[in-house]
Amino acid sequence: MEKRRTNEILLFQKRKLVFTAAAAVVILLYGMASFVTEYDTLLGLSSFPKAFKWIIVNMVPNAKALERLPNILKKLTETALLSVAVTVCAAICAFFFALLGSKTTRVNPVLAGSVRVVAAFFRNVPDVVWAILLMFSFGQNVLTGFFAMFLTTFGLLTRTFIETIDEVSNDCVEALHAAGANYMQTVFQGILPSSISEVITWILFMIETNIRSSTLIGILTGTGIGYLFDLYYKRLDYPSASLVVMSIVILVILLETISGGIRKVIL
Amino acid sequence: MNESAAAQKSALSFDIQRQIRKTATGKIKTGAVSKSGFAIKATMLVLLGLSVLAFFTFDYKDIDFAGAVQGTLRNAATLFAAPKLKYASPGAVLNQLFVTFCLGILSTILGAAIAFFGALLCAGNISNPRVSAVIKGIVAFVRAVPTVLWVLIFAVTAGLGSVAAVSGLTFHSAGYLIKAYAESIEEMDYGTIEALKASGAGFWQIVFQAILPSSISYMLAWTFLRFEINFTNAIAMGAAAGAGGIGYNLFMAGYFYFDLREMGYLTYAIVLAVVLLEIAATKIKAKVK
Repeated sequence: MEKRRTNEILLFQKRKLVFTAAAAVVILLYGMASFVTEYDTLLGLSSFPKAFKWIIVNMVPNAKALERLPNILKKLTETALLSVAVTVCAAICAFFFALLGSKTTRVNPVLAGSVRVVAAFFRNVPDVVWAILLMFSFGQNVLTGFFAMFLTTFGLLTRTFIETIDEVSNDCVEALHAAGANYMQTVFQGILPSSISEVITWILFMIETNIRSSTLIGILTGTGIGYLFDLYYKRLDYPSASLVVMSIVILVILLETISGGIRKVIL
Repeated sequence: MNESAAAQKSALSFDIQRQIRKTATGKIKTGAVSKSGFAIKATMLVLLGLSVLAFFTFDYKDIDFAGAVQGTLRNAATLFAAPKLKYASPGAVLNQLFVTFCLGILSTILGAAIAFFGALLCAGNISNPRVSAVIKGIVAFVRAVPTVLWVLIFAVTAGLGSVAAVSGLTFHSAGYLIKAYAESIEEMDYGTIEALKASGAGFWQIVFQAILPSSISYMLAWTFLRFEINFTNAIAMGAAAGAGGIGYNLFMAGYFYFDLREMGYLTYAIVLAVVLLEIAATKIKAKVK
């Protein structure tokens, strides 16, 4: 009884010690980071209420902004369709790539290894680099954003699909092989059906992510909804810029709701 | 007796015949019908349809596609095969990389701190339902606005620089982490909280003795994930919103010097840093578990 009590006390002491050490590390990291970036915490924290005040005063759509609504909606539709098209194309390519890279379905180990390296490369090179690189040849074109997002989405989805296929396919691949199915039959009758709900969940998630990153790439390359925001923002036409922000918010929340509903049914 | 057996048999065979679904050519369908199967098919068809529609409605501005692809491949070859610094020194690149890293650290720590308290208000099992609903609405809004727009909005009041970048990144991180933390709090066993409440523990005692210990590993996993996102976002903010760090170098090399080789060097530096961060994060996560 006595021993158990001391053990309990030790547990609490250890917990306290770990928390204190963790807090010290975090504070140290914070201090170092704010020194390096010349970040002023007080200024930073006071920027929040200032920004809210400014948003409430300036970022209210007015009649002039509403006149621009058709144009904003046109660009918004373009951005939404772009994200869907990019994600679907990237997902189809990534699925076949993932088949070559997964442990259970690979054709040969060297190819599988190189697939993983290629995917890691496309995933880790920032989309900013792709956007600038494509911008040189494609110019202010919708295809610049398309390919920039395609490459990063492709890299990310290849990795996730490899994991998904590894997870779902162990049993069914073996069973189908034993029943004499060939490679294509195994893929289309075994792996695809058992991983499709996971794949669709990821596609829906990436469509949302890509709408956000297409805004960023739009600002960099002068296309789509990002360009429109940048234009109004630089002209100091904040009411119109706020209308752009709100339209993006509504689109993203709408998508989130739809994909949440779909996820509930399919999972 | 015989009659009723025959009747039963015919009823049975009738039932089976009705249950078998056949295709137009008379083959027997073997798949089961289910709501989820239908939803999957419908989602796939809609997504494919939208993609086709997208390719037909894009404004391609009569671009010379083959030429542009060739040009891009040539540029990519220069970028990746011959990286060379001309405008910045390797030390400066390392320094800028470190600045970006610190922007990521700052926004993750601030975001996590805000998110911890936000999540306590947001989690359905410990908060008041009305407060929870309000916070969930605010969080959904904050997350829906792309990070770069937050940074640009903060830049108006705080000026371009680290304050705007950190505030913008923090804002979006907090929105993301509140949702993640609240979900991990909601997953915990309500019995523990009830037992502590019954023995007279106060709110903060419940938080630090029950909620934090049981959900800390989930929270840490989400925080590390967010740090990786913040690091890449900080690169993008440097390029798109002039927030400093390696992204700004990338932007200058691309848009002002048109120097692909400098971009190549910077890209390799970034990729190396990201890979190292991933390895470090995996190691730390394994230790925490």
